Amino acid sequence: MTALLEARGVTKRFGAVEALRGASFAVGEGEVVALMGDNGAGKSTLIKTICGVYAPDAGEIRFAGSSIAGLSPSAVHGLGIETVYQDLALAPDLDTAANLFLGRELLAAGLLGRFGVLAKKRMAARAVQVLTDLKVAIKDPTAPVATLSGGQQQSVAVARAVTWADRLVIMDEPTAALGVPQTRAVLDLIRRVRDSGRSVVLISHSLPDVMAVSDRIEVLRLGRRVARLVTRETDEAQIVGAMTGAWTQEDAE
Amino acid sequence: MSGSREATGLNHDGGQAPNGGARKAEGGSREATGLNHDGGQAPNGGARKAPGGLLAKAGPAAGAEEAPKVRRRRALLGSATDITAILLVIVALFAILDFDAFFTTANFTNVLISASLLIVMGVGATFVLITGGVDLSVGSVLVFSGVAAGEVMKAMGGQGWGAALVGIAVSMAAGAAWGVVNGLVVTKLRVPPLIATLGSFGAAQGLAQVITNGNDLKDIPYELVDNLGVGRVAGVPWLVVVALAVALVGGLVLGVTRYGRRTYAIGSNAEAARRAGISVDRHLISVYTMAGLLAGLAGIMSYAQFGSTTLSGHATDNLAVIAAVVIGGTSLFGGVGTMFGTLVGTMIPAVLANGLVIVGLNSFWRDFAVGVVLVAAVYLDQLRRRARTAR
Repeated sequence: MTALLEARGVTKRFGAVEALRGASFAVGEGEVVALMGDNGAGKSTLIKTICGVYAPDAGEIRFAGSSIAGLSPSAVHGLGIETVYQDLALAPDLDTAANLFLGRELLAAGLLGRFGVLAKKRMAARAVQVLTDLKVAIKDPTAPVATLSGGQQQSVAVARAVTWADRLVIMDEPTAALGVPQTRAVLDLIRRVRDSGRSVVLISHSLPDVMAVSDRIEVLRLGRRVARLVTRETDEAQIVGAMTGAWTQEDAE
Repeated sequence: MSGSREATGLNHDGGQAPNGGARKAEGGSREATGLNHDGGQAPNGGARKAPGGLLAKAGPAAGAEEAPKVRRRRALLGSATDITAILLVIVALFAILDFDAFFTTANFTNVLISASLLIVMGVGATFVLITGGVDLSVGSVLVFSGVAAGEVMKAMGGQGWGAALVGIAVSMAAGAAWGVVNGLVVTKLRVPPLIATLGSFGAAQGLAQVITNGNDLKDIPYELVDNLGVGRVAGVPWLVVVALAVALVGGLVLGVTRYGRRTYAIGSNAEAARRAGISVDRHLISVYTMAGLLAGLAGIMSYAQFGSTTLSGHATDNLAVIAAVVIGGTSLFGGVGTMFGTLVGTMIPAVLANGLVIVGLNSFWRDFAVGVVLVAAVYLDQLRRRARTAR
């Protein structure tokens, strides 16, 4: 496995609180890695540090061989890394295509584009294409996303990330608010993203989801990596043990 | 997501949709959708639902029948559908009551003239309201801009095309300057728009009074009065031409450009827009600047129309403009609205004022009727939001 993204010894302090105490994390090309840990283990902080929201106090973060520690969020986006946040960050009054292209609107060709006129048809067609590729069924792509179900909104957010992420999609609790059939659909979506050659980082509390979709699992506890597991070779008891501190893998750091 | 049909459960008991990890009850293998009639707003962007399946009292038909109808209406006029129908009813009523006096080109032209200032300011206010903001300063900025232009034109000798054109430019620049101030106070000082623009409402009016010592300026180039003020082009008053041109351009910018799209996005979810790389502060400043610039344009139009800076004549313009925009289907919460709706919303008070006089009723009934329509319009907006977030 070649590491696409590798964080090593990352430290992040907020005042007196040390959220990350030398945390490490790695994702290979085309694999789904679940990042697990109890509340306060540092999952969100680690992800935000990778995405450029926070700058690390110490440690290194390398993506495709070069250091990305301390880059701005937009510079990280530019590398082909997208994050689906827990609150989805959709504009509820806009339709699916408008949300997919939010902030990256396509302009019409020629003079009209010079005046800032949108290429609405082209964006709508691209949106339908993306949704078809991901086998996401949106009942009415021209309806405001607020009218879609929770699972469909999740799919729109994932589709947007996939549209712009060539290399890596990070998902923060994508199934937390969903019912069982919707969760299954999002997990299928994650598999299809991986099959398209992208890597996926999945932050989740749901053991069944993680067991179902991930290739590997990395566990954080108190700001440090305490276990690196291959999903096929582990079980729920071992993961819970790592999360709660009952069991620590010796060479995880 | 299952790709199949959704079962809709109606939850009459209301209450807030549960947050976070709450999971919905299962509606068999299909999706169960909670329709929450009484409840608060769903959390931003998240759309989490009430456990509809358990509390379902009505069949799945309710949601399924509603959807296509709503979709068809949205395609036509969007949030302005109902209000357009109301305007047509009002016009039809007056036409029935006194066709010969009301239903004439000359009378419609009169109605448009009386609405032209509000249309120009309403275009700016539509953008502001769609971002989720509000601009209470427009009437005062109108007066201030007229005064600024008047003083400059007076200093230039008071007459001639030169003074007239400079006056137009000064008026628009003065309005834009107030808009920049509004935008900066809202974005950089983080003062809520309601207060920021209430402050400039008072400040602009006060400054205009200080500059003029409380006496209206009355000398204005004849070139302005004869053309912009009372002149016509191909039988249409310049005031109306300018107002409709502004509305047309504003509507196009709002409807088909990236600028318009981002205006909706910011009003819909500013945080999402920010994360998507949109420079939210810069956009908001530009929107307030445009609203100020249009108030400045209305300022020179008003000066040309009345031949006076009408210091005390625009104290309630801000409320009239906001009422018109909101009646036209633009949401006070941002993210929703059309320029066509604003036109319709401006025409309703204008048609009422005109028609009531023609049919011999007291024109003060207009204020009463506009008040009722305004509340009804916001009620409709609330209904739409509730139906939407519950789906």
